[in-house]
Amino acid sequence: MPATVRVLLFARYAELLGTDLLELPVAAGTTVGDIVASLRTRPGGDTLPSQLLCAVNLRQAKLTDSVKPGDEVALLPPLAGG
Amino acid sequence: MKYLSHSALDGTAIADRVRADERGALVMFTGYVRNHHGGRGVVRLEYSAYEAMADAECGRIVREGEARWPVSIALEHRLGAVAVGEVAVIVVVGGGHRGEAFEACRWVIEEVKRSVPVWKREFYTDGTTAWVDPTAGA
Repeated sequence: MPATVRVLLFARYAELLGTDLLELPVAAGTTVGDIVASLRTRPGGDTLPSQLLCAVNLRQAKLTDSVKPGDEVALLPPLAGG
Repeated sequence: MKYLSHSALDGTAIADRVRADERGALVMFTGYVRNHHGGRGVVRLEYSAYEAMADAECGRIVREGEARWPVSIALEHRLGAVAVGEVAVIVVVGGGHRGEAFEACRWVIEEVKRSVPVWKREFYTDGTTAWVDPTAGA
């Protein structure tokens, strides 16, 4: 199995990056912050805000949290439910 | 998906879930799509969600609410296009007494807005559209 994580993008962030799903490679020690930094280098990624909400495997996560192959990472624009 | 619906919410059916003869109080919050936001006329909203996480968060809110107050909680949120005057979210709480029912209902809707990954795109009367960002000033 390739060492990747699924990255889900939603709402405004999916529009900025032009996709709602990416597979990104991970290595030992890769963090959520590393994933976000990698997204910033993609077309449209430079307009992602400096502070953003992330989730790993359906739970809110910090940028310093590590990720492992098979994890599902999500970038969440400001929540607007209710 | 237990807490999310792509079709019109049935308030009566949702309220029935928390009705019981030992519960003398039923408090219901109904969130409708409003026809204005930030001084602009709104025609409709389109809701989207990180559905798996939204469902998990709604479940967490219900369990936590039912642990904090002696109540039964029902909660549903619409997804997809919702026109002005239509219902976007319903929270119903049944409790023995009004105190806990009112408190729990308020807490649930505030938690939904704080932590459930749902987004809404507004469509305005002038033909433009924008994502709603509650963190942006006014």
